[in-house]
Amino acid sequence: MTDLQIMTDMSSKPETTAAPRANKLEVRNLDFFYGEAKALKNINLALASNTVTAFIGPSGCGKSTLLRILNRMYDLYPGQRAEGEVLLDGQNLLDPKLDLNLLRARVGMVFQKPTPFPMTIYENIAFGINLYEKLPKSEMDGRVERALRGAALWNEVKDKLNASGLSLSGGQQQRLCIARTVAIQPEVILFDEPCSALDPISTAKVEELIDELKEKYTIAIVTHNMQQAARVSEFTAFMYLGELVEFGPTTRLFTAPEKRQTQDYITGRFG
Amino acid sequence: MSEHTVAAYDKELATLSQTILEMGGLAEKMLIDAMDALVAMDLERAKIVVARDPRLDALQRQVEEFAILTIARRQPMAVDLREIVAAIRVSADLERVGDLAKNIAKRTQKLGEARIPRAAIGLKHMSDLALLQLKNVLDAYATRDIEKARVVWDRDAELDALEDSVFRDLLTFMMEDPRNISFCTHLLFCSKNIERIGDHATNIAETIHYLVTGEQLPVERPKGGSSTVTTGK
Repeated sequence: MTDLQIMTDMSSKPETTAAPRANKLEVRNLDFFYGEAKALKNINLALASNTVTAFIGPSGCGKSTLLRILNRMYDLYPGQRAEGEVLLDGQNLLDPKLDLNLLRARVGMVFQKPTPFPMTIYENIAFGINLYEKLPKSEMDGRVERALRGAALWNEVKDKLNASGLSLSGGQQQRLCIARTVAIQPEVILFDEPCSALDPISTAKVEELIDELKEKYTIAIVTHNMQQAARVSEFTAFMYLGELVEFGPTTRLFTAPEKRQTQDYITGRFG
Repeated sequence: MSEHTVAAYDKELATLSQTILEMGGLAEKMLIDAMDALVAMDLERAKIVVARDPRLDALQRQVEEFAILTIARRQPMAVDLREIVAAIRVSADLERVGDLAKNIAKRTQKLGEARIPRAAIGLKHMSDLALLQLKNVLDAYATRDIEKARVVWDRDAELDALEDSVFRDLLTFMMEDPRNISFCTHLLFCSKNIERIGDHATNIAETIHYLVTGEQLPVERPKGGSSTVTTGK
């Protein structure tokens, strides 16, 4: 079998060629409210382990809202509530008794704008690790290096680990944030528009990184860049007005979507 | 289908389709004229067919360049992407149809005097069917009609069967009189050309199906005729 055959086979029938993958996250009958306003309507979908799932849709469609539910980010704001179930390895993470710090260690998040802490590059990484475990210096050094390598940043910063995280370029800052996220060894990583503030070269590096990260993590990414969704993800969800319109293999969704609304959106026919 | 937010994008896709249809018209005309020239031994008309081919080639290049430019500029998705890929494929098929018609015209110029008029009758039947297939598939392309495309796809077997009987006729003429061999060999190639034109029509039918549905038709098509076996292909 040629590589091309394998690639097209995998893309058209991921369920038969890839080993059956367990669902890492399952969203069931999820509704979400900002006060009285219903922002998500009966969402049902599953994120398979070690795959990249992309969420696309026009602004205000609820994709970022959905992402923010997956690590209970919305809990920080009063008046916002979710109904339904979100199962992480079978455990409902909407459970009010759940330890949120532990949850956020398992489900990391990278935001649209790079958000390095105003401290050194080294401390940016060590800070998160210190929250969860106390490590001797030598071990911490190793963890910091691994995280920076894991985010494809090590070679660029290894000689200036004591420089401020803010001294890095935008693309480097974003990869620093990714390093900070992987440093605490999460299971799921959520990316909310991670490349929208980056130039094409930095974008390419982050995409390359996402591709490597899925070996270890389950990844969800919200993006306005449809080519990016097409490039990095195995599955894509198209959302509109708080509803999940279509969810399926990325190659299918971008070449022959089933729903008219999806087609209109991805081809630029949306009014 | 509703329009793109960027109106120029609609215009670009329309330009591609129109150029394809212009190519289709030209290819049809070349085949009609090539067959008329063959049947009537009209060398002047054969010359015109040959002279028209560069125009078809140029149009095909235009389609290709424009398609590539559109891909670069718009990063098309879904039906738009299929539309552009279809344009590239269909234009390549039509360009080949033109080449095959040109080849018939060139052979007409070489046929010389030793000819049997009735030998060309079977060929004429073949080309009538090939033309009908071509016309229907171009209509199907213009209207994005997969039913019509499917009929073309299914009907190619008939053309294969006709080629078979032409093959037998020509073989008979050659056995009757060795002086017919040169002439009949040219006609054999012409019949093969027409059969190939039919294949291009079915290719286009497959492309239309893919364009509209996003699904490929099965690899195996209904088969007719057996000359492909007897000719050792």
